[in-house]
Amino acid sequence: MNDAMVMLNLNMQAILPQTVLILFALLIMMVDAFGSGATEEHAGAKGALPWIAIVGILSAGAATAWAWGKTPVSFQGQAINDHFALSINLVVLLAALLAVLFSTSYIQKVNRQIGEYYALILLCTVGMMLMGAATDLIVLFVALEIFSLALYILTGLHRANPRSTEAAMKYFLLGAFASAFFVYGAALLYGATGATQYDAIAFIVSNGQADPYLLYAGIGLLIVGFGFKVSLVPFHMWTPDVYQGAPTPVTAFMSAGTKAAAFAGLARLLVLALPAAQPQWGWILAIFATLTMILGNLAAVRQQSLKRMLAYSTIAHAGYILAALVPGTVEGADAALFYLFTYAFMNMGAFAIIMTLEEKVGEDALQENARGLNQRAPLLAFLMAVFMFSLSGMPPLAGFFGKFFVFRAAVNGGWAWLAVVGMITSAIAAYYYLRVVVAMYFEKPSAEREATVPHTWPALQIGLAIAAAFTIVVGILPSFWAGIMQSGFGW
Amino acid sequence: MIPTSYYLILGALIFLIGAVGVITRRSALIVFMCVEMMLNSVNLSLVALSRQWGNLNGQIFVFMVMAVAAAEVAVGLAILIAHNRNSNTTNIDEINLLKW
Repeated sequence: MNDAMVMLNLNMQAILPQTVLILFALLIMMVDAFGSGATEEHAGAKGALPWIAIVGILSAGAATAWAWGKTPVSFQGQAINDHFALSINLVVLLAALLAVLFSTSYIQKVNRQIGEYYALILLCTVGMMLMGAATDLIVLFVALEIFSLALYILTGLHRANPRSTEAAMKYFLLGAFASAFFVYGAALLYGATGATQYDAIAFIVSNGQADPYLLYAGIGLLIVGFGFKVSLVPFHMWTPDVYQGAPTPVTAFMSAGTKAAAFAGLARLLVLALPAAQPQWGWILAIFATLTMILGNLAAVRQQSLKRMLAYSTIAHAGYILAALVPGTVEGADAALFYLFTYAFMNMGAFAIIMTLEEKVGEDALQENARGLNQRAPLLAFLMAVFMFSLSGMPPLAGFFGKFFVFRAAVNGGWAWLAVVGMITSAIAAYYYLRVVVAMYFEKPSAEREATVPHTWPALQIGLAIAAAFTIVVGILPSFWAGIMQSGFGW
Repeated sequence: MIPTSYYLILGALIFLIGAVGVITRRSALIVFMCVEMMLNSVNLSLVALSRQWGNLNGQIFVFMVMAVAAAEVAVGLAILIAHNRNSNTTNIDEINLLKW
């Protein structure tokens, strides 16, 4: 390392996993551009693209494991690879891995340009990982935009399908609107404190030197911006439309990855930079969490499309995770992190099975498509039942411990009523999750579907096996995984 | 010297005009332009605050916002064209395939 780098403290180790992933995304684009065959039949190197993406994701995972416990800070303290960031890396990389496995043969039917698809998935993952590592408002904003812009394109990937492009349009317009609020909030926070780095902001706010008007306006606008990204009620209007219109593997990735990334950014900002203002933002978040839990679950009950039902359920889950952040404690951040981890694989697994139930690419799987699935594909029905039980929070599956830690954090933080609201709404949620199980096991398939078996392929089966294994193993050994998914902020 | 608060009030007004435009206008292109206006009002506030505090964080932030806005234009217009090919409209009232 030369003198200039020591002076600038450009410690590249702190963003090593992200760097690895960017290099692999560039490699995919190169292979796509130069390695493809001349004709349709001779696809050339294109078949290797998903596997290059998987190698990239695993390498980034190895880089994450290598950085474990080292806590390097880089770029003058603008990004940090502490325990929290590395845990978020694992969650997001797991989501990306499952997304790639689920997409392999599906996405070719959606769009022939698969090279850019895998490159965008990886670049999107980079943005999500940076959200967890950012300790500066500028880096936070750029990370947010990196993954949002990639997701706008991925949503509209099915270009010939009006529903896909419409979803992309809605997502883009509302997402851009939300990022304007977000960046205005960041600007006002800078105005209140004169700093963009979290440690400096925390120091000035806790000493009461910040201008209160600018500070609270800034916090409010930042929460609105985050609220759009994690789809809190009343900023949730885009979520069901976008999740329904996007290609299903993208929906799965979006539901797990965006949530992990945006909640990581929010948790770090609130718990590290603004703990002194907790009496002010705690109430706002508590109201949002209550509304989100109630409305998300109630709206999910009346959905006929399984994809849309899960979209509303993701809104409800955002409410549970937010409930953990309300007290502003490190225990709450731990609980939110563990919830995001469990949520990633169980929800993505459920989306993957819904994908196999689609009768035509780009069409929704309805409730009646699931009827009698046990007779047609017993293994898929069993896995779907596991995911549904886990999502509804049945012990001993992973989802139960996610909810348990979240509600415990809320109670210990002095917000017991929030936990009560969460438990009541979980009971409502059990109705629509279990309705799918009942349809699969106790209802007969309609005559024209009786003989059809949902189409699966090896990569999808591997992905489903990983998701199901995590759902069961994390449920059996929750404390081991809770030890890994621990916030452990670096400073 | 003009006080910083003047710039902040102007920035807030432009932001508000942009936000109202997003909510009330019907053409997706105009909505998009209103979003750009909101981002630029933030830039104005950031530059003014940067001078107020005497450090360069705000100005660096402005560069990042400008770069992001440019990327947003590229992605946004591509999505607009893709949707226009399917539906032949940019009126956001007619974007209603997906609901409830």
